[in-house]
Amino acid sequence: MVSIWFFIGISLAVNGVLILGAGIYQLLDPPANPGVVLFQLHANVWWGAALLVFGLIYCVRFAPKPKA
Amino acid sequence: MTPLLATAVPTQLVRLSPIDIVIVVFYFALVLSIGWYLKGRANTGEDFFMAGREMTAWVAGLSFLSANLGALELMGWAGSAYQYGILATHWYWIGAIPAMLFLALVMMPFYYISKTHSVPGYLKLRFGESSRALSAVSFALMTVLMSGVNMFAMAKVMQIVLGWDINFSIWVSSLTVAVYVTLGGLRSAIFNEVLQFFLIWAGALLIPILGLYEAGGWSQLKLRIAERASAQYVHLWSGLGSFTTNPMGIHWTGIVFGLGAVISMGYWTTDFLVVQRILAAKDMRSAEMAPIIGAGFKMFVPIIVILPGLLGLAVLPMKLVPESVAAATGGHSYNDVLPLMLARYCGPGLLGLGVTALIAGFMSGMAGNVSAFTTVWTYDLYRPFFNSQGTDHHYVNMGRWTTVIGVLISVGTAYLVMQFASIMDYVQALFSFFIAPLFGTVVLGMLWKRATGPGGFWGLLSGTLCSISMWTWVKVDPRALRYVALSPNAKGLAQDMYQALWSFLLCVVVTVVVSLATKPMTERQLTGLVYGLTEVPAIGDVPLLEKPVFWAAVVLVIFVVLNLIFW
Repeated sequence: MVSIWFFIGISLAVNGVLILGAGIYQLLDPPANPGVVLFQLHANVWWGAALLVFGLIYCVRFAPKPKA
Repeated sequence: MTPLLATAVPTQLVRLSPIDIVIVVFYFALVLSIGWYLKGRANTGEDFFMAGREMTAWVAGLSFLSANLGALELMGWAGSAYQYGILATHWYWIGAIPAMLFLALVMMPFYYISKTHSVPGYLKLRFGESSRALSAVSFALMTVLMSGVNMFAMAKVMQIVLGWDINFSIWVSSLTVAVYVTLGGLRSAIFNEVLQFFLIWAGALLIPILGLYEAGGWSQLKLRIAERASAQYVHLWSGLGSFTTNPMGIHWTGIVFGLGAVISMGYWTTDFLVVQRILAAKDMRSAEMAPIIGAGFKMFVPIIVILPGLLGLAVLPMKLVPESVAAATGGHSYNDVLPLMLARYCGPGLLGLGVTALIAGFMSGMAGNVSAFTTVWTYDLYRPFFNSQGTDHHYVNMGRWTTVIGVLISVGTAYLVMQFASIMDYVQALFSFFIAPLFGTVVLGMLWKRATGPGGFWGLLSGTLCSISMWTWVKVDPRALRYVALSPNAKGLAQDMYQALWSFLLCVVVTVVVSLATKPMTERQLTGLVYGLTEVPAIGDVPLLEKPVFWAAVVLVIFVVLNLIFW
């Protein structure tokens, strides 16, 4: 059975990719009016990366094992 | 629980970018996929209603915590932290940790060994059908109405925060919950609660990180709060020596005895919504470890709930006001603090994740209420009183239909609350009527052999009636607060605590008196249900690190240290 931890890994990894992607896009093409405080910290880049790494670890660790 | 809604919505607080919407849509697709994947494992009663009783300690523990960690909780308590300061943390520490550890080490063996499927089910075994019926009816009513209240609150929050149409929010969320719980039963609800737990941390943890950076660290934060509000806002205990020296208007006796000893015990040990998750554990050790794991994480939830409220007090340019004032003036209420902080720090992508965390919180709260309602209706009301001869397959079908009907009743309640907002207060009051007396009844049942069936029933009924009477008295004559809550300066939360304390005490007294005046139950009737007549399987010769009592001690030490640090 696919464990809940694998689903969580998928969730975090996909969200990580999307957030990291948005962060890199803003890094390369900064908006004129970012609309958030502390934009210069580029939180979506490092937080997105962290979620992606965490998610991938869970996906690999809890990947469904192939039937023998 | 604090009221959450404004009735006027001048502008939405945040705007979602396309990437945010993709994140939200992905969440819905994932929860439906999980429900679809699990539908093949929800065909027996044990699977559908009890998740096969095979949940590990971690899954049961995180689900146990998540079932309580709804978005109303997140937003409401962040708002309370803005309003009352760090005192709101008491509801996460003394108002939860001792009770969760008590459940793990003292009560869980009796729940688990009795093999009951619900708290009313335990009452039937211990005290008889009348106690079960009283508890089951009140719980079923309360939980399906609360689901509707939560549903409306979510729709209202989505309207305020995102500008979404209320009907859209209600129907999309309720249909999603109906689908994944009908398909996968309790296992699906539990899986999604664990998912929600991770999403909440992923979506909300950035706020305190960036907030503390902006404020200049904890010491600077305290200085700013002292300037804008009061130095008392960052002290947990030092201002509780009097009703007038703290923002909440409460005395330490109310926190310790009302909240710590009664309300929290009542909620965490007898509310079936949370207890059901532990009953689904795969063995006794997992059932004992699960609440301990939940307690360990619960202690750190203030980082993402209370701290944002305090940070809002320090960094937000506008002053937040009570709900009623916000509705009249178009300003922002206390309960807007979490979405405002989300909007302050979270750009595209992060905002979507934060909003998803709120939606996940609401939906798993609904799913939890509906799955608990379904179990109590099917096993504690339908089966004993309407059809005791049905097959297991029949009861599973009843469970699936009840899930759909429960969701529809919740939707109906949501629309009713839309018309009559005060219903929300009444439903929340309903919850508070039952929880403290129920704790008295259950704990006496578990620890005192002499408690009899009539004693349990009359204790529960009298404690409940006592709660209702005090609430009504204060509603009709607010001056009654000086008697109920021992001070005319007591605020609403203080009233709840003292009300719980008195109703619990009355329940205990009546249970003891009636029990002593009625025929004792036989040992045969009590075997496996009460202390002294229940053989708790020994854990065996396991290393210290595998013993629940060791981890309970670790959690308790951390709890004490935290209270001292923030004295």
